[in-house]
Amino acid sequence: MHLTGWGRYPRIQAQGSSFETPEQLHKYLQDPEDVIVHAQGRSYGDSALNDRVIFTRRFDKVLHFDPEAGLLTCESGFTLAELLQAFLPRGWFLPVTPGTKFITIGGAIASDIHGKNHHRAGCFSEYVDSLDLLLPQGEVVRVSPQENRPLFLATCGGMGLTGVILRATLRLQPVKSALIRETVIRCANLEEVFHLFEENRAVTYSVAWIDCLAPQGQLGRSLLMLGEHAETGRLHRAAAKTISIPLELPSFCLNRYAIKLFNQLYYQKQAHPVAGRLMPLDDFFFPLDKIGHWNRMYGRRGFTQYQLALPKEASFAGLKEILSRLAAAGMGSFLGVLKLLGRENDNYLSFPLEGYTLAVDLKIQKNLFPFLDELDRIVLDHGGRLYLTKDVRMSGETFRRGYPRWEQFVELREKKGFRVKYNSLQSKRLGV
Amino acid sequence: MHLLILGANSDTAHAVAGKFAQNEGAHLYLASRDLKVLAKKAGDLEIRYRVKAEPRFFDATDYASHGAFYRGLNPPPDGVVLAFGYLGDQQRAQEDFEEAKKIIDTNFLGAMSILEIVAADFSRRGHGFIIAISSVAGERGRQSNYIYGAAKGALSIYLGGLRQRLSPKGVRVLTVLPGFIRTKMTEHLDLPARLMATPEEAAQDVYQAYRRGKEIIYTKWFWKWIMLIIKALPEKIFKRAKL
Repeated sequence: MHLTGWGRYPRIQAQGSSFETPEQLHKYLQDPEDVIVHAQGRSYGDSALNDRVIFTRRFDKVLHFDPEAGLLTCESGFTLAELLQAFLPRGWFLPVTPGTKFITIGGAIASDIHGKNHHRAGCFSEYVDSLDLLLPQGEVVRVSPQENRPLFLATCGGMGLTGVILRATLRLQPVKSALIRETVIRCANLEEVFHLFEENRAVTYSVAWIDCLAPQGQLGRSLLMLGEHAETGRLHRAAAKTISIPLELPSFCLNRYAIKLFNQLYYQKQAHPVAGRLMPLDDFFFPLDKIGHWNRMYGRRGFTQYQLALPKEASFAGLKEILSRLAAAGMGSFLGVLKLLGRENDNYLSFPLEGYTLAVDLKIQKNLFPFLDELDRIVLDHGGRLYLTKDVRMSGETFRRGYPRWEQFVELREKKGFRVKYNSLQSKRLGV
Repeated sequence: MHLLILGANSDTAHAVAGKFAQNEGAHLYLASRDLKVLAKKAGDLEIRYRVKAEPRFFDATDYASHGAFYRGLNPPPDGVVLAFGYLGDQQRAQEDFEEAKKIIDTNFLGAMSILEIVAADFSRRGHGFIIAISSVAGERGRQSNYIYGAAKGALSIYLGGLRQRLSPKGVRVLTVLPGFIRTKMTEHLDLPARLMATPEEAAQDVYQAYRRGKEIIYTKWFWKWIMLIIKALPEKIFKRAKL
């Protein structure tokens, strides 16, 4: 069958199998070829691609829920959308919320995802009490921050390269409402948005939409969105209206002029500041989930997301340089997202480090990859790194310089026999 | 509402059970052979939808056991979803009669055996509904799966008769004709992605058809039109088609 990541690039021919019990999965793993889990296919690049893949969509059952403590045990194919449907009405919400609810718990752990509250709450793994991993010989081990700690540190953010995540126990956060109280502030340039991020550190959720094609004097022009869980309101969500993009759009639709115009209009739409407006939580956290298959917008050749993190002290200079390069090259994006990150955790390959992260979607086009190689150098020179979950093209060298604990990761993979069993196109490209 | 799901380990059945649990708060009897997997699925439904879900052992081809199985449901169900099926292997079924027989036994005889018991009970109580999952494969014989198609075709005809018989008693029969659903049954077939439904989509269609009091539905909807064309093709042309 055809298989791609969310960026629809690359497209490969692959064989896949699903399972309902660990025994069935173990049988499939006895084939000598290597495999990787492909759950909802929402990582952008090639991290969930291989000639042989494992589908977790039928391994998605809820196993236990403690309504007093908000402790949930489920199989790895359970999605965040299903979690919200079942538990939000009971007053329990995700401790960390990514940009889409169409991912699985297993994927959230493998990418050690972060959300708009990273500066206060950290990554998803903070809320994982324990998880079960299937090792190559069919052995199932329990890992947690206390038990088999190295394997836990490698697995959270480990891109599925340390065994198949079977089950996990998570701590949910209690909420009183399915609404978010949102404030939107217009920022004229990068300095202003940085200043406001810091000033609003105490706010639970913060993220900025950034206009990557703003003219030189207005570099970093953005809208900062701040949110808090509302204290009142219903816990039930109204059914969201969705539309779907039925076909791939011709890729010339997304040219620089269209993007520039869109960004201009979007920025001006917020001429009047918004303070404390109540909005459905789905609209605040998952605006793009309302557009089915939005990845088809980028046309036949697909797209990639370039997401980088820079340490705090180098963030301003680094981002300024990167934004100027993007603007000069006319490589704009509908979705430029800027976010303040909190403290780095101990996991070997988790992406966030204390500072700022920028993410831009870029259509696959001629000269894109050489251009991104140039950006890589800027990122590395400023002590930053790229997010593996979005990546489809970085070099092994870029990876190793960005993730200083890579050696511990590779060593563990070697020792446990993971390198012969669990691989993705990405892991082969990076040499991990 | 008490709902009996026959073949509850199938992916589509689990999704349909979820719809009835979510929207009707249905108390579920989940019936299948693999009790270990079934127990896990029952737990999933209980936690997600805060309903009761009881696993029950049921073997579609052990006809003699069906009466006792049904009498063991207390209280008796208000509705039955028949979702078990066996796709089998066409090539093997051509060469090995045991395989062909298993396809007919499971898909047709097993269904008929248990549904007659259900029908007698519903008819006596003047209450109940039956939702049975047949297949578009039963609409016209094709070389690639005509033994399975024959079994499902027989099931569809049987359901038509049952509907006529039970209708005056206030008992409804809904025939579901799925095209391709992405389940364990179809996983190893190379099917066109655009024609595939997820079990959740199919379940949504089934539940909606139940709410609207439909008699026959295709899922997804476009199969109605595909099958209209396929059924209209003259045999002279159809016999040369590679379907």
